[in-house]
Amino acid sequence: MSALGVAYIIIVFGLAGFFACRARARLLEQRGQKMHSLPLYYGWWAFFVTSAPALLFLLIWTISSDLYLERRAFSHLAAQNAAAQNAASAVAGVAASGAAPAQSAGFGLEKAVLSDLVKNLPALGGNIADYAQASYASVRKKLLTAKNIALVENGRNYMLPLAVEWLETRRILQKTGGAAAIILAAFAFVGSFYYVRPAFRARNKVERVIISTLFLASLLAIATTIGIVLSMLFQTVHFFESVSPRAFFFGTVWDPRFSTAAGEAGATGRFGLVPLLAGTLYIALVAMIVAVPVGLFAAIYMAEYASPGLRSVIKPLLEILAGIPTIVYGFFALMTIGPFLRDISAALAGGQSFIQAQSVLTAGLVMGIMLIPFVSSLSDDIITAVPRALRDGSYGLGATQSETVKKVVLPAALPGIVAALLLAASRAIGETMIVVLAAGVAANISFNPFAPMTTITVKIVNQLTGDLEFDSPQTLVAFALGMTLFVLTLLMNIFALYIVRKYREHYE
Amino acid sequence: MTAKYAAVKPKRVKMRGENVTVFYGNKQALHGVTLDIAANKVTALIGPSGCGKSTFLRCLNRMNDTIEGARVEGVITLDGEDIYAPDIDVVELRARVGMVFQRPNPFPKSIYDNVAYGPRIHGLTKNRAELDEIVEKSLKSAGLFDEVKDRLHDAGTGLSGGQQQRLCIARAIAVSPEVILMDEPCSALDPIATARIEELIDDLRKNYTIAIVTHSMQQAARVSQYTAMFHLGSLVEMGETKIIFTSPKERRTQDYITGRFG
Ligand SMILES: Nc1ncnc2c1ncn2[C@@H]1O[C@H](COP(=O)(O)OP(=O)(O)OP(=O)(O)O)[C@@H](O)[C@H]1O
Ligand SMILES: [Mg+2]
Repeated sequence: MSALGVAYIIIVFGLAGFFACRARARLLEQRGQKMHSLPLYYGWWAFFVTSAPALLFLLIWTISSDLYLERRAFSHLAAQNAAAQNAASAVAGVAASGAAPAQSAGFGLEKAVLSDLVKNLPALGGNIADYAQASYASVRKKLLTAKNIALVENGRNYMLPLAVEWLETRRILQKTGGAAAIILAAFAFVGSFYYVRPAFRARNKVERVIISTLFLASLLAIATTIGIVLSMLFQTVHFFESVSPRAFFFGTVWDPRFSTAAGEAGATGRFGLVPLLAGTLYIALVAMIVAVPVGLFAAIYMAEYASPGLRSVIKPLLEILAGIPTIVYGFFALMTIGPFLRDISAALAGGQSFIQAQSVLTAGLVMGIMLIPFVSSLSDDIITAVPRALRDGSYGLGATQSETVKKVVLPAALPGIVAALLLAASRAIGETMIVVLAAGVAANISFNPFAPMTTITVKIVNQLTGDLEFDSPQTLVAFALGMTLFVLTLLMNIFALYIVRKYREHYE
Repeated sequence: MTAKYAAVKPKRVKMRGENVTVFYGNKQALHGVTLDIAANKVTALIGPSGCGKSTFLRCLNRMNDTIEGARVEGVITLDGEDIYAPDIDVVELRARVGMVFQRPNPFPKSIYDNVAYGPRIHGLTKNRAELDEIVEKSLKSAGLFDEVKDRLHDAGTGLSGGQQQRLCIARAIAVSPEVILMDEPCSALDPIATARIEELIDDLRKNYTIAIVTHSMQQAARVSQYTAMFHLGSLVEMGETKIIFTSPKERRTQDYITGRFG
């Protein structure tokens, strides 16, 4: 039985515990006992006591037995692999002079082949032990013809006994673990009756369980974030082993391909961040120049002047704009805005267009359009949240509506608005699709907004697509770039939060 | 509905409401109220919750205009001039008829800027020195100057509730209004702060006409010269405070003042 099946059984035990203990609590109540909590809480506590430890045990058992099996099989595989190598070199007459070629270059691949075999072998059904003596080629053929599963060709025959042993042991371990978990649940089920007594504070216990569950959920979110950051960090450190941080952070040339061709690691300037950072910030700046005034004015109009009817139409419409996938904006830039700007500049200059179809301006403009609903929706919420009493105070002194907005409402809303703008800016910095399509992939340093430039995110995609080798600086640089971007947006978000916190007391 | 106020003829009438009727959407909040506000006197508006005191007060400087769906009928005059006439500038009117609200609502600005707000938007001063002078004078008349003179540029929101309310009064005085409307100005304050504001109101009476809504009978008796009693959106009776409090004509007034309903 699979671990999932065992989990179902445990939950059934838990439910049984729930109903049994609730019924018992009711019974005690009817007999005139003064129970501390409502019967329901005794039920929930029993459910928790019965199922949680058993499920936890099952989880840990499954994970650790898998890890154990994998390790064992791989160490056997290493031995087999080394023996085969030795034999091969002996045949070839090469002096195997004691130097153990412990793990050949292809060993990583062999591990993958074995894992794949283990994954697919059960599909053949029947008694798995029968395949221990079969040849890899025959098993592969059988899987291909019968199940349409293709394994790699160059597996070794000695993998089959390993795979069979792996699967057999796994079956035994699963059985033992499952049985143990079920027995645990059964004992806990019986034991949970112990808790159904008047003095037991089931209600408080259930509260604890709920708090722990909520806490675990938030812990999970944080742990994931930390995990992501750590994995990026390791690769980044790895990257800086072959390229000096100075060359990365201060290099002005982005040309990752040449350094392998020349074979010299850490050649200065080739992984230069500067052109990408410049492009990122430049395009984000143009986007903000477009989005901030338009978004803010739209927000002020919606919050202060629009009638409720109009507002109820405009706001959802703007939010639809926010829901359009960015690739569609990129498309719009590529097909409409880019050519339009090019043609108009050609018309203005009389023939020669000075705006290229892919340019900082095109990308910034379209990204700005993308950010308008973001800015206006957030700012609208913030402006509406300014207390009515402040507006009344201003009107009561004889201020007009626009004076009130300018001198009272906006200053009161300013910290929130600044925070919203910083969030918008960090979105602009992280945006990829629009830039790929609208500003191109050429890493230039230029102040000409009509020329193409590119951004950090685009280059990350660039470095991670195609044939990958995860230990070359060409690929690893993507992690360094990602880390840079992460730190950049993190700092902006922290700054935004700081501003909001600092000025919040103004609202009371 | 007419003759109830006629029992008193204040010497000089600053504002007069005639047959004032107010609707919020379909809901009628005031039913033809006719009421005089005497010049350089304090007029107290009393009555049980929801009877339309605030509504009437807000009509006097057209704050009801800012409420969606509010509609005012009848005639309200300031020095004999109809304030709902089409050629009246609301903004100017509100500079002449200032308002202090129930909860202190200082702007999130410095104490100085709070008081300077009105003079600035109305362009009352030509230079900084004049502005400084107005700010100081207003803070003094609000009895706040001595407490804040060393921190005029600190946030107004950092003051205590009572100080904030006096700041709001200073802010209203700074535009030199003729009338000051106060809607339960002490309801968020402790007895000591309340006593200070009451003193202040008594002082202000020399230069301003004041209308105040209050739920405290003692306060009405202490600070006002005239009292108007509202009930269910109508004026029950209006008269000199000492007469209203000692020998009201209406049973409902008697009951309300002695705490039998409301
Ligand atoms: N903005 C509004 N929209 C709809 N109805 C309102 C509004 N403001 C007041 N009303 C209604 O008008 C009536 C009078 O309200 P008003 O605020 O003038 O009473 P009040 O005498 O000031 O009461 P309180 O002493 O509780 O402040 C009440 O029934 C109230 O529900
Ligand atoms: Mg009121």
